[in-house]
Amino acid sequence: MTKKSIGTEPKLVRWLLIGITVIFLLLMLCLPLMMIFSQAFKKGLNVYFAAVSDKNTLSAVQLTLIATLIAVLLNTIFGLFAAWAISKFTFKRKNLLITLIDLPFSISPVIAGLVFVLAFGRNGVFYEFLYAHDIKIIFALPGIILATIFVTFPFVARELIPLMQAQGTAEEEAAASMGANGWTIFSKITMPNIKWGLLYGIILCSARAMGEFGAVSVVSGHIRGKTNTLPLQVEILYNEYQFSAAFAVASLLVFIAILTLILRNIIEWQGKKHKG
Amino acid sequence: MSNKKRSVIPGFGLSMGFTLSYLSILILIPLSTIFMRTVNMGWDSFFKTVLNPRVLASYQVSFGCAFTAALTNTIFGLIIAWVLVRYDFPFKRIVDGLIDLPFALPTAVAGIALTTLYAQNGWVGKFLYAFGIQSAYSTTGITIALIFIGIPFVVRTVQPILEELEPQVEEAATMLGANRNTIFLKTILPELIPPLLTGFALAFARGIGEYGSVVFISGNMPMKTEIAPLMIMSKLEQYDYAGATAIAMVMLFISFLMLLVINIIQWHTNKFLKV
Repeated sequence: MTKKSIGTEPKLVRWLLIGITVIFLLLMLCLPLMMIFSQAFKKGLNVYFAAVSDKNTLSAVQLTLIATLIAVLLNTIFGLFAAWAISKFTFKRKNLLITLIDLPFSISPVIAGLVFVLAFGRNGVFYEFLYAHDIKIIFALPGIILATIFVTFPFVARELIPLMQAQGTAEEEAAASMGANGWTIFSKITMPNIKWGLLYGIILCSARAMGEFGAVSVVSGHIRGKTNTLPLQVEILYNEYQFSAAFAVASLLVFIAILTLILRNIIEWQGKKHKG
Repeated sequence: MSNKKRSVIPGFGLSMGFTLSYLSILILIPLSTIFMRTVNMGWDSFFKTVLNPRVLASYQVSFGCAFTAALTNTIFGLIIAWVLVRYDFPFKRIVDGLIDLPFALPTAVAGIALTTLYAQNGWVGKFLYAFGIQSAYSTTGITIALIFIGIPFVVRTVQPILEELEPQVEEAATMLGANRNTIFLKTILPELIPPLLTGFALAFARGIGEYGSVVFISGNMPMKTEIAPLMIMSKLEQYDYAGATAIAMVMLFISFLMLLVINIIQWHTNKFLKV
């Protein structure tokens, strides 16, 4: 009986394991998603659209988009430089550098926010200078951007480093010895090889940047219509027992999350196709 | 001493310089403020803060729940990765894509959704409360949130290794008369231990620091369901920067320890690491 299927389990075990997987994912992932939409539309479309088009919600959307755009742009530039330095050259302590780039992943978002409050907030190292020049960082847009950069710091670099390491340096060396300059080598040789990985990193980075809660919560000050990002707006509405409105705003973030997952799959598929 | 082989590829100085400055300005120097503040506050007040009973209780909640959740995720993560790699079933691609949902979904959104779902009148909570399981506003609730957050870490670490296992080894073992259990325990599981440990460590590390998905479902009762990041938050709200810093210092120390463990495991299994 067992000889029939070399390399696989009896049918019963197979379906049991598939069953466990499906139930686990249903309870942990699908139901929470359905819950968000069910709550968001519970009181009808009018309430939903009123919540989504509320003045404070719209300014939260705007703030979230600005912070995400700047943070992702800077982290992408950093990711490209870091991956170039790490993958195309040999130097000592390379692993230490990679570990340091990964560091923000293992630090609590609350601490990410705290470090900027300690640096720029009241009693902060730079507070007197900032106060004298009337520059606001904490409880203002710059603080939100800094916290977002900190939390999403490794995403692009993390995607590019292994990809570019695997591709080696032969093509770039050949181009360089034929006299191509740095920009030409990068745009003509390296870029076509890494474009899917880069896009993938940017998408993951953007998704995380838009949804960041803990770090932004520390530095934002929760000023409605001014320093509230979308996730903070969700929190405020929820804590005020405006559940339908909270879930309506949350559903906007869910749409972005689902879009991220779909794009992610398309890119992964494209990347595989072009590699083969 | 230094590597004398010079590369013909240009841009080392520029890219390395930019990388190190950006890393220092945005990550390392800000982080060092925590160390500086801790040194300045003196050991007396440092220990008074971090050994305060309420703070100690919060570490216990954070570590206990993160550990239980990471362990649960290691078991279910292995099963899910196994099913996704080895078996075919309808909608497999969608299921596979869904695994990353906790990465893509903002933590606050996950938090309010799980709270509503597992509260006493929620779709799932209704049944659990009927069996006497208090699935929200308790450590059980915190653990549920951390399971949600941590599951992709285990699945996505185990999956690629499982995909690259040579089928010949299993076939050979079958030919030699080993049954499925023996094959799994003797040839497959040993290969999966390093990624399982890495996945566990990643999920555990993330669980200790997690804030957004937990604060809603935890109920935040002092000594009972307060997590360590929340303690930092509440110290900050009272403008007790020294207190917040001290707790953060302890958590940072643990993060570094976890990072070290993960790196040691990665280093030992480097031969498995591919793109």
